[in-house]
Amino acid sequence: MTAPSIIAGRTRSAHMRREAATGWAFATPVTVVLALLFFAPIVLVVIMSGSKWTLLGGNQGLNGVDNFSKVLADPMLLDSVWFTLKYTLLTTVILMPIALGLALLVQEARRWNNILRTAILVPSALGIASASVLFYALYSPQVGPINKVLADLGLMDQDSSLLGTPNGALWATVFLVVWRFAGFYMLLTMVGLQGIPQDVYEAARIDGASRWRTFTQVTLPLLKPTIAMTMIMSITGSLLAFDQFYVLTKGGPNNSTMTVVLLIYRYAFETKRDLGMAAALSVLVLLALVVINAIQLKAMGVSDKEDK
Amino acid sequence: MKTRSILAAAAALSLALTACGGETPAEDPTEGATNGAEVSPEGIDDGTELTMWTRAPLERQAKNAVEAYNATHENQVILEILPNDDVEGKVGGAIQTDTLPDILAGDVVRIPYWVEQGVFTDITDHISTLDVDNLQQGHIDAGTIDGRMHTLPFVTDISVMVWNKDLYEEAGLDPEQGPTTVGEFLEQAKAVADLGKDGVAGSYLAGQSGGALVFTLFPMMWASGEEPLGAGGTEANVASENAKAIYAAYNELANTSNGLGAGSKEETGATWTAPFQEGNIGVMQYPYTAVTGLFDTVDFEIGVAGIPGVDGNQSTFLGGDALGISRSSENVEQAWNFMSWLMSDEAQQTVFADNDDTASSLSVLENGYADADERTLIANATIKDGRTPVAIYFNEAFNAAGSNWQLLIQDAVWGDGSQVDTLNEEISATLGG
Repeated sequence: MTAPSIIAGRTRSAHMRREAATGWAFATPVTVVLALLFFAPIVLVVIMSGSKWTLLGGNQGLNGVDNFSKVLADPMLLDSVWFTLKYTLLTTVILMPIALGLALLVQEARRWNNILRTAILVPSALGIASASVLFYALYSPQVGPINKVLADLGLMDQDSSLLGTPNGALWATVFLVVWRFAGFYMLLTMVGLQGIPQDVYEAARIDGASRWRTFTQVTLPLLKPTIAMTMIMSITGSLLAFDQFYVLTKGGPNNSTMTVVLLIYRYAFETKRDLGMAAALSVLVLLALVVINAIQLKAMGVSDKEDK
Repeated sequence: MKTRSILAAAAALSLALTACGGETPAEDPTEGATNGAEVSPEGIDDGTELTMWTRAPLERQAKNAVEAYNATHENQVILEILPNDDVEGKVGGAIQTDTLPDILAGDVVRIPYWVEQGVFTDITDHISTLDVDNLQQGHIDAGTIDGRMHTLPFVTDISVMVWNKDLYEEAGLDPEQGPTTVGEFLEQAKAVADLGKDGVAGSYLAGQSGGALVFTLFPMMWASGEEPLGAGGTEANVASENAKAIYAAYNELANTSNGLGAGSKEETGATWTAPFQEGNIGVMQYPYTAVTGLFDTVDFEIGVAGIPGVDGNQSTFLGGDALGISRSSENVEQAWNFMSWLMSDEAQQTVFADNDDTASSLSVLENGYADADERTLIANATIKDGRTPVAIYFNEAFNAAGSNWQLLIQDAVWGDGSQVDTLNEEISATLGG
C-alpha cells in the first residue's frame, strides 16, 4: 500500500530536482551576463562615487560623501537639471502626438503606405551621433542650406549661426530629435494599434459611435500600455540626452544647453577631470530615474497584471 | 624555455652595448633612471621603438621633429596625433589602463595639472645636464613642481598682432605701421570697419573659445603691466583697470557696425583664424604658426607686430606644447635621447628655424633666422617679453567650454560688463582648487 506512493514521491522529487537543474542551466547565462554587464558596473560606479578618483591620478581611496557634496554645491547642477527637464518636456510633448498621428495615418493597408512607413522609419536607422553630425552640417552658416533659407525669409541674419543663441540651439536640437525618433515611436505605436482586436471597432460601429468617439473611447484606452511604454522610453531617453548636444552645441552657447549627462561628461573629462564627482552625479541620476519611472508606471496604471 | 629566454636577453644586452658604443655604463637602465645616479646626458640610442602622442594643431611641427630624429637615429619614434578636444580623455583612459606612450606632449596650459597628477617621470637630473638657460623658460616652468622638473619645450606657438595691409591702405592708414597701443588698435580697427565693405570687419574675437581668448587677450594685459594670474596661479586678476580698458575697446568695436567680424560672439575656436585668412579682417591677434603659412598663399599683404598693451610695450603668449616622459615608460633613457637631441641647436635649427617655425633655443632664435622672413624676426623678438600662465586648474577656469572666463568676456564685450568683478572672483575660486 505505502510502497508505490513512496516511490512515486521519490520519482516526483527527483523529477523536480532535475527540472530545477534544467531551469538553472537555462537561467545561468543570462544571470552571468546581467551580473557582468549590469550589476558590476553599477557597483563600480557606486564605489567610485565614494572615492577620490581623478581622471589622471587614478583611485586614491575612499572619501565618504565628498563627491556628492561637491556636486550638489555646483551652481551648474541646477541649471542643467532645469534645462534637461525643459528639453524632456518639449520633446515628449511634440514627439508623442506626432508618433501617434503618423501611426494612425499609416496603419491601414493603403497603396502608398509601405513606402510612407519606410520613409518615416529610415531616420531611425541612423545613429544619433551620425544624425547630429548631419544636422551640424545642415545648420552650419558656412556650408548649410538652412541659414540661407531662413535668411531669405527674413527670420535671421545670413552670417549668424542657428546654434549661436540659446533658443536657436534648443529648437535646432529638438527638431533633430523629432526627425530622428518620430519613425521609431510610430512603429511602436503601430504595433499597439494592430494589437487592438477588430471586433471592438465593429461593436463600436454597430453602436453608432462617431470616428472621434471611437478614437477617444476605444483606441486610446486600449492603447494605454503602449502609450505608457513610449512615454517612459521618450522621457527616460530625453533625460539622458547626450550625443546630440555633445555634437551640436557642446552645452553652449555659454552653458545654455547643458544637460545633466553632458555635465557628467564634463566632470569626468573636461572641467573637473574627477571621475568620483562624475560617478556621484551618475548615481543621483540613476536614483532619480528609478523614482520617475516608478511614478510614471503607477500614474499610467500599468501593473504586472495588465502585462499578462 | 627558460634558458632560451636568458640567452635571448643576453644577446639583446650585448646588442644594446654595441649599439651605444660602450658610451653608457653597462647597468640596468631603469635602475639608473629611478635613482638618478647614472644619468647619461644623451640617453640611449639602441633601436628601441618609442611611442609618442601629440595633438592635431601642431601636427606639422611634430612630424618634422620625428622624421628628422628617425632618419638619424637607431631609435624610432612612432607618432600618434590626437584630436585637440580628445587629448585629456585619451590620456586619462591610458592612465587608468596603464597604456601611456613613452613620450607625451601636451598643451602647455594643461601641463601643471598633469604634473601635479603624476603623469610624467621626474627628469630633473636629466634636464640639469642641458644648458637650461639657453632654452625658453615657460615650458620648463610649467612642468616644475616643488623644484622637480618634468618637461621641456616641444613646439612654441606664440601670438602676434597681424594686419591686412591692403585693407589698411584702402582705409587710409599707413600699411607699414601696426598698432603700438590698445588705443591705436581700436582706431585702426574702426577705420577698417568704416570702409563699410560687405563682409569686411575691423577685428575678430573668438567669443566662445576660452583658450583663444587667453591666447589673444592675456598678452595685452601683460604688456600693460598686469598679472592676470597671481599667487602662484591660485588667484585671478582679470578685472583690473587695464583689463577693463582692453574690454572697453572690444566693447566699442562690438557696438560699431562691422567692428567685430560676424560670428565673433558665437565663435567656439574651430574657425577663428579663417576670416582673417579670407582677407575679411583688418587687424587681430593670430597664432604665429598659422600666419607663416599665409605669407605665400593669400592674395593680400600681411603685417606682423607684437601684441601691445594699454600704454605701449608688447608681449606674447608662449603657448604650444611641452614634452615629457610618461610615468609608465620603460624606455626612459631612450626617450631622453629623443628629448636631449631635440634641445640641441642643430635640431632646433633644422626642425624649427629652417621651417620658419619658432625655435625654443634662445641662441637659435638669435642667430638661426638669417635667411628668414623679416616678419619672423619681429615675432621672435617678442619672445623675450612673452609669458606662459602657470596654474594647476587653468583648464577648468579658462579653457573649458562655458568657463567663467568665457562668460566674463561675453559680458564685458557683448554685455554691459556688470558681472566682470563677480566672475573674476569665481575664476579665483576655481583656481584655488
